[in-house]
Amino acid sequence: MKKLWDLFITWFKMGAFTFGGGYAMLPMIQKEVIEKHHWATEDDIMDYYAIGQVTPGIIAVNTATFVGYDVAGVIGGIVATLGVIAPSLIIISIIAGLITNFSELEIVQHALKGIQVAVCVLMFHAILNLFKKGVKSILTFFIFLFSFLLAYFTSIPTMILVILAGVVGYVLTILNKKEGTSS
Amino acid sequence: MNTFLLMCLEFFKTGLFAVGGGLATIPFLKEIAMKYGWFTIETLTTMIAVSESTPGPIGVNMSTYVGYTMFGIPGAIGATLSLVAPSVIIICAIAKLLKSFKDSPIVQGIFNGLRPAVVGFILSAIISIYLNSLFHVEAYGNWTQFFNWKAILLFCGLLGFSYWKPKLHPIVMIAIAATIGIVFQL
Repeated sequence: MKKLWDLFITWFKMGAFTFGGGYAMLPMIQKEVIEKHHWATEDDIMDYYAIGQVTPGIIAVNTATFVGYDVAGVIGGIVATLGVIAPSLIIISIIAGLITNFSELEIVQHALKGIQVAVCVLMFHAILNLFKKGVKSILTFFIFLFSFLLAYFTSIPTMILVILAGVVGYVLTILNKKEGTSS
Repeated sequence: MNTFLLMCLEFFKTGLFAVGGGLATIPFLKEIAMKYGWFTIETLTTMIAVSESTPGPIGVNMSTYVGYTMFGIPGAIGATLSLVAPSVIIICAIAKLLKSFKDSPIVQGIFNGLRPAVVGFILSAIISIYLNSLFHVEAYGNWTQFFNWKAILLFCGLLGFSYWKPKLHPIVMIAIAATIGIVFQL
């Protein structure tokens, strides 16, 4: 029971303080899920993000379901998901009911500009961490570089790039194995 | 069919077919707006603006907003639960499969390719966030206007602060930055 409550509260916090969708949640996931509760490793989170790109649904919700499932099975998946969507339900219902010009309020705009800069700083640390964990050899560096270039400079859907990267990873492993057994 | 059920069905379909995150739901919502006339394209624009300026995943914010506009709080809950239901089902199934196949060399190989690729995708997303937050992209070429000096200064300050206090919780950093934004009219 305590575990489910922890799951709910932790994902509630992340839903309440993430501005700008799935990727912006990364610094919070590193702090809460990886460092504080040890529910997942950095590798796990990268796997979940990759799977989240090729499966339907919102990445933040998919990641919450994954982590919840690992901690407490299907019930855990449902509880973590309810946790991450609950703040949106509360906040948006209040805004939709009371302050329809919310995003035009000057104080909101100034606060958001500040928050955007904070997200930049948080993402800077998050990507450095991920880079250290995920890019360990020349080969993985090239996969990283090509994925970045294709994602940034072309309009190929990320879903296709994920499938490509998976195929490349698979082929390289097979080749490595053959070399290992023949020599 | 009952309009409430029809709305839930439409959001379930959106959750099932929108691949690649919150912004992928927008074309589906546009289609719903045009097909049923439940809300106008102008309302949708307001909804996008509010969803982006409030915390939480954008797709969830949007479904809550549409649901609330149509049926109040029950609508907000119905629309959002319908939106996330397909991913909860699909991800639980994948998580179960993944547990059984985690040690298979094939799955390991695939993930060895995926992990560095994900770092690349995230870097690409981060650069877009940086351009939007620290520069006036629309003034590109006009070098006195291009740099958002206040934001860049705040960025350097917060970055230094984060190295000085590496244990600082992201929530605290966000709160500090929001306060500075309001006080200095960023």
